[in-house]
Amino acid sequence: MTQAAFARAAAGCAALAGAASLPLFGDGYHMALAINIANYTVLATAWALFSGPTRYISLCTVAFFGIGAYTVAVLGELMAWPLVLAVAGAIGVALALVVGLSTLRLSGIYFVIFSFGLAELVRQLVTWFEVNVSRSVGRYVFLDVTQQAIYLQLVALAAVVFLVAWAIRRSRLGLALRIIGDDETVAQHCGIDAARAKLALFAVSALFMTLAGAIMAPRWTYIDPVIAFNPVMSFQVVIMALLGGPGRLFGPLLGVVPLAFLFDILSAQFPNHATLVLGLVFMAIVYALPDGVAGMLARRRRAGAAS
Amino acid sequence: MTKSTRGFSRRHAVALIGGTLGTLAAPSIGRAQAPSAIKIGYAISKTGPNAGGANTSTLPNYQLWVREVNAAGGINLSGAGRRVPIEVVEYDDRSTSEECVRAIERLINQDRVDFILPPWGTGLNLAVGPVFNRAGHPHLAVTSVTDRAPELARRWPNSFWFLGTSSQGGTAIADLLGSLAREGKIGRTVAMASSSDQFGIELSTAARAAFQRAGLTLAYDQAYPLGSQDMQPIVAAAMRANPDAFVAFSYPPDTLGLTEQARLQGFNPKVFYTAVGTAFPLFKQRFNVNAEGVMGIGGWNASSPALQDYLRRHVAAIGREPDRWASPVTFASLQVLQQAIERAGRLDRAAVIQQIQSGTFATVVGDLKLENNILNKNWWVGQWQDGEFHGIAPTTMEGARAPIVPKPAWRAAQ
Repeated sequence: MTQAAFARAAAGCAALAGAASLPLFGDGYHMALAINIANYTVLATAWALFSGPTRYISLCTVAFFGIGAYTVAVLGELMAWPLVLAVAGAIGVALALVVGLSTLRLSGIYFVIFSFGLAELVRQLVTWFEVNVSRSVGRYVFLDVTQQAIYLQLVALAAVVFLVAWAIRRSRLGLALRIIGDDETVAQHCGIDAARAKLALFAVSALFMTLAGAIMAPRWTYIDPVIAFNPVMSFQVVIMALLGGPGRLFGPLLGVVPLAFLFDILSAQFPNHATLVLGLVFMAIVYALPDGVAGMLARRRRAGAAS
Repeated sequence: MTKSTRGFSRRHAVALIGGTLGTLAAPSIGRAQAPSAIKIGYAISKTGPNAGGANTSTLPNYQLWVREVNAAGGINLSGAGRRVPIEVVEYDDRSTSEECVRAIERLINQDRVDFILPPWGTGLNLAVGPVFNRAGHPHLAVTSVTDRAPELARRWPNSFWFLGTSSQGGTAIADLLGSLAREGKIGRTVAMASSSDQFGIELSTAARAAFQRAGLTLAYDQAYPLGSQDMQPIVAAAMRANPDAFVAFSYPPDTLGLTEQARLQGFNPKVFYTAVGTAFPLFKQRFNVNAEGVMGIGGWNASSPALQDYLRRHVAAIGREPDRWASPVTFASLQVLQQAIERAGRLDRAAVIQQIQSGTFATVVGDLKLENNILNKNWWVGQWQDGEFHGIAPTTMEGARAPIVPKPAWRAAQ
């Protein structure tokens, strides 16, 4: 068992090193694609960190992502980069705690709708602030951060997300969350403080989403609330995580990689009906892989072991 | 979505023609000497919130231009000693910055296109600015209006800004109202509403200062969120201020909503101005005789034979009229690109950038010369007069008409 764990850790390190060396031989387009994959890997894994065990479908990924991006737009030229990231993370966590305290008691469809509303609420608040206080809605991010630097930061962040997710799964908190996901009432009867456990995880998940937004911001030069809080991103993260399988550590990654390539191929090959084809693909996925790629692989493995 | 699917077959046909040309074209052996085709790529919003604007002002002009250039045998490359046809590579940026950046990277690195035409809108053009700059591609940022244009042009010497700065737009309407007030044609009370995005804020900030300079009073000054559906409260509140002029720095959906509400509520100020969308042919179709006298952003010199001809060709090729603000300028920017390539004589992007920076070009909007990469001669206020959207300000523009003030009262819908 320890040997298997060691092998897995070695494989993880090798994969990380491989991912980190990509800038050495990729051109601008490969970098763009790799940044997209790295970004969604962080987002989908962070999403699954909270939504996987608790089974709360959250549609507010972009609320945190956008806050991260905005923090950079506001503070990027005033502070050192690590400090900007720290402030962004702190704001994301603070928001997650405030929001989580008031809403994680909701469950099921109520939470889904609330989380979607949250992203809109944050967007409107930012807009209100910009219109009435700073009198300028678009912000320019003129930071000389290269594509390579953005990519490497995202890969590093992804590594940290995986480590944290792995550690949480093995902790008491992880166990508590799995029980909550199965049956919240039972969990409470076992003496688990469900609200606190969910809150803690929600905040950790939000931290990573905020940092991803902060790292991505210099890439776009120009940020306004519509760009930073684009709801499509929240949905895309959910779809990717669900395709991969949110219950497993590397599940979301298995969804992100094929879908990122798929999106790219579709927009390259079918510029006029990419969205239509995408819809058909989603339907096919739901029919063919109801419990995600990771679930299918696990089932194959079990079937192989049985025969 | 419905907007973006409209005219799909035609676009598809263009893409198909482009693709066929591509497969017919010999592989790029010795391209520098004699290219078989000039590869031109673009990413445009075919879906998402930008699709309406992209499909009105930008994409039809790309299609028209490619068709006309290829009908004439292509772009004349003296280096190759002949005309070389255009081959098109097009992508949908789905109205998102990230998608657009990736599509432009794909055009540069995978498709290895010779030139790239810009996406639609300020946000997307700024998002792809660094990519164009890094790759040394000329960036004709036409449909982007920002006060930072001079600074951006310095930062990215390969970028060209054709619609001026938003302050110019806000000041132009305020100056017009100021001179109307001095002539005694209107009183000094103005009501202003603005969309709370960068464009609306930059214009309204500039206008606010200019109103004050002109001695006009702002009796109502309200921003509304981008994408607001219900314009009734804004029109009602503006009406209560009983202004002589109503000015809205609005986007197409709000422009239509505000005009409709003003008509329904019988709000008849002497000047009624709505910004983006007023110059769209859609506006005239929707409001018919009620468009008469409405002012908006943009305008053109309708008596110019070059523009009359452009209008006719646009209708023949695309099946509908162009808008009277960004469309002719977009087409002119493509003519600039073509002439710059022809003057360079070869597919040398640095030489083409230099030509655009320094040259004077004959276009549908007249002789065009950029100053420090910015086109400063622009129509900022137009007015519907007898079914045509005439430019009325700045009055220094050739063909500027006198404004019709007061605007005729709304009539019942027909």
